[in-house]
Amino acid sequence: MTAPPDDCLARNEWICGKYLSTRRDILVDAVLQHLELTALSVVLALAIALPLAVLARRWSLAAGPVLALTTVLYTIPSLAMYSLLLPVYGLSSTLVVAGLVLYSLTLLVRNILAGLRAVPEETRQAARGLGYGPIRLLLTVELPLALPAAMAGLRIATVSAVSLATVGAIVGFGGLGNLIYSGMNTYFKAQVLTASVLCVLVAVLADLLLLGVQRLLTPWTRAARS
Amino acid sequence: MKTLADAWDWLADSAHWAGDGGIWQRLTQHLVLTVVCLLIACLVALPVALVLGHLGRGGALAVNISNVGRAVPTFAVLVLLLLTPLGRWGEGPTVVALVLFAVPPLLTNAYVGMRGVDRSVVQAARGMGMTGPQLLWRVEAPLALPLIMSGVRLAAVQLVATATIAALAGGGGLGRIITAGFNLASTPQVVAGAVLVAVFALLVEGLFEIAERFAPGRARRNGKG
Repeated sequence: MTAPPDDCLARNEWICGKYLSTRRDILVDAVLQHLELTALSVVLALAIALPLAVLARRWSLAAGPVLALTTVLYTIPSLAMYSLLLPVYGLSSTLVVAGLVLYSLTLLVRNILAGLRAVPEETRQAARGLGYGPIRLLLTVELPLALPAAMAGLRIATVSAVSLATVGAIVGFGGLGNLIYSGMNTYFKAQVLTASVLCVLVAVLADLLLLGVQRLLTPWTRAARS
Repeated sequence: MKTLADAWDWLADSAHWAGDGGIWQRLTQHLVLTVVCLLIACLVALPVALVLGHLGRGGALAVNISNVGRAVPTFAVLVLLLLTPLGRWGEGPTVVALVLFAVPPLLTNAYVGMRGVDRSVVQAARGMGMTGPQLLWRVEAPLALPLIMSGVRLAAVQLVATATIAALAGGGGLGRIITAGFNLASTPQVVAGAVLVAVFALLVEGLFEIAERFAPGRARRNGKG
């Protein structure tokens, strides 16, 4: 019988290089699943939030109910949200995506609506005076001017989605959350710490990426500042 | 629809409410955790935020701490704390994690509220001979109250949510009903637990909403309308 190896894995240390090298495949898979869950849910939420915000702006009667509904959804804790969706989607990644969509929706609708409302009335009248129809006004004047506020909402929604996706571990689809969950059950310190750090890294990188996109899309805000 | 009826049956069964691990016990745990941690977080965050806001220092910290708090998953912090020596200390990891996540909204909102007080009002108060502490207590803090309260509200909602996730890491509270339901593969119990948690969270939010409505006009004027 050979003696057990005396390395950082056997000693169950928090920081362990050997963990990184031996479990690289698991970590890559978890990060990919995490990215897939968050990206899919944020894109879907954006696709739903944009028409809702435009509707709430155009038709002020809709603004109250839309904002109230999104606030209620946002108040429900993530674990409960996933659980409430269980009868609909079962133990699937769709359940986690649906839960994340509902959260991102609130942040996006609120921010896009705030951005649209902040467009000065004179600007819209000037565009109308130039003969802009309602669609062209929306697409070429209002939405570009609402972009900074909308991007701020998108960044917050993305960072929150990265963080909340970990709770998806309860149904087995939590990306890095799965590693944290199994690491907790086996008291595996290196795995829990590595997955947690990776999760924060993913959130920070996603935030920086969106900040870069925002800079590219709104060059005029930089020119005005300098 | 059948699942909802089953969940209702689960809730209607009085055996599920009483005793160890029953709904009443979990509800009490959840309430105590939320209230105690909210008080600790307020005691930690508000004095710091009020003083920093009064002095106009540390703004970058006070504002950015909220962004940091959002990027760090609550679940990860709960599990990390559970694996430290703190984990042997019953609800210790839960309490520490809850306080940690309640501090950022309190700090940011109170700081922004203090800095948002009209400078001419502050100068008028100074001109009347008010000292620093008088200025803080009698002028800045009352005027910043609406934003301070909206920070407390955000923190409370965050606490209810985090206390639920704490059940995944072995903490007490209503989340335990959900995790137990998952372990038993009982969808009715999972849904029933989720309904309880959602109602609890909405009640807390509603309570703050009502408090804001009935607050004296001064406390409400600058609120997020």
